[in-house]
Amino acid sequence: MATVGLAVPEPAKIEFLYFADCPSHPEALALLRSVLDDHDVESEIDILELTTDAEARALAFPGSPTIRIDGRDVDPGGASARPALTCRIYRLPDGRVSPLPTREQIEEALK
Amino acid sequence: MSLPLGSQAPAFMLRNVEGVERSLASYADAELLALIQSCNHCPYVLAWEGRMIDLQRAYGDRGVRLVALNSNDARRFPEDSFDRMVVHASEQGFNFDYLHDPEQLLARELGSQRTPEVFLFDRDRRLVYHGAIDDSRDDSAVSQHYLRDALDATLAGQPPPVAETAPMGCTVKWLAQ
Repeated sequence: MATVGLAVPEPAKIEFLYFADCPSHPEALALLRSVLDDHDVESEIDILELTTDAEARALAFPGSPTIRIDGRDVDPGGASARPALTCRIYRLPDGRVSPLPTREQIEEALK
Repeated sequence: MSLPLGSQAPAFMLRNVEGVERSLASYADAELLALIQSCNHCPYVLAWEGRMIDLQRAYGDRGVRLVALNSNDARRFPEDSFDRMVVHASEQGFNFDYLHDPEQLLARELGSQRTPEVFLFDRDRRLVYHGAIDDSRDDSAVSQHYLRDALDATLAGQPPPVAETAPMGCTVKWLAQ
């Protein structure tokens, strides 16, 4: 459930990292933008496409998409997965698996 | 390029997670054979695996055999190793064979691109349906049951209402050339 209009601190940095071969990134980026709009967050999103294993290691990229708000991963539990150019696994509250985070996870990271 | 519709199923000899070698002939008694390009770590696969189990349970008595296939490069993706396949199949309660294709020979013959990706062969082992299991990774949002419809039609001696769809999922992790 979205919490439209609830004030959140303006983040200094919002990062969106993705691997183009994983098809979830357009939907995830749209979700991120929707959440930011709902909370009147005006910070720019730094969008970075990763293309090599070396980049994945250097940026501790646990899979696509990865969203960090002021350095805080929206799914801290999955952030320590082995860096790799692959789709990222997000675990939903009901136990199911998803290739992208929930709105609630992004909202939590904004607080 | 994926195997064209109407093509004959490629021959193979691959080990399943019980350590038993399986060939195309191992499934000769199956009315229909669905080879599904899969793996251990892809969230799309994980989202669809329950539906694969449900399909095997629902259609097994009618001679349908689902067979999952993992061809991913386990050197770059250790979570896709054979040992992890054994654990994964046990944890998920697979009711179908899960084959290891470490040389990626079958994946190349099929022209697989994504996980999961279905190749459904009829009684004569001709490809009659290729693509996605259904139209949503979210099982509560499915409106088109492509594989189920293809199974029903082919079992009834009819062509699938939709013979080809775009598979949605992770890319096959190919070995470095």
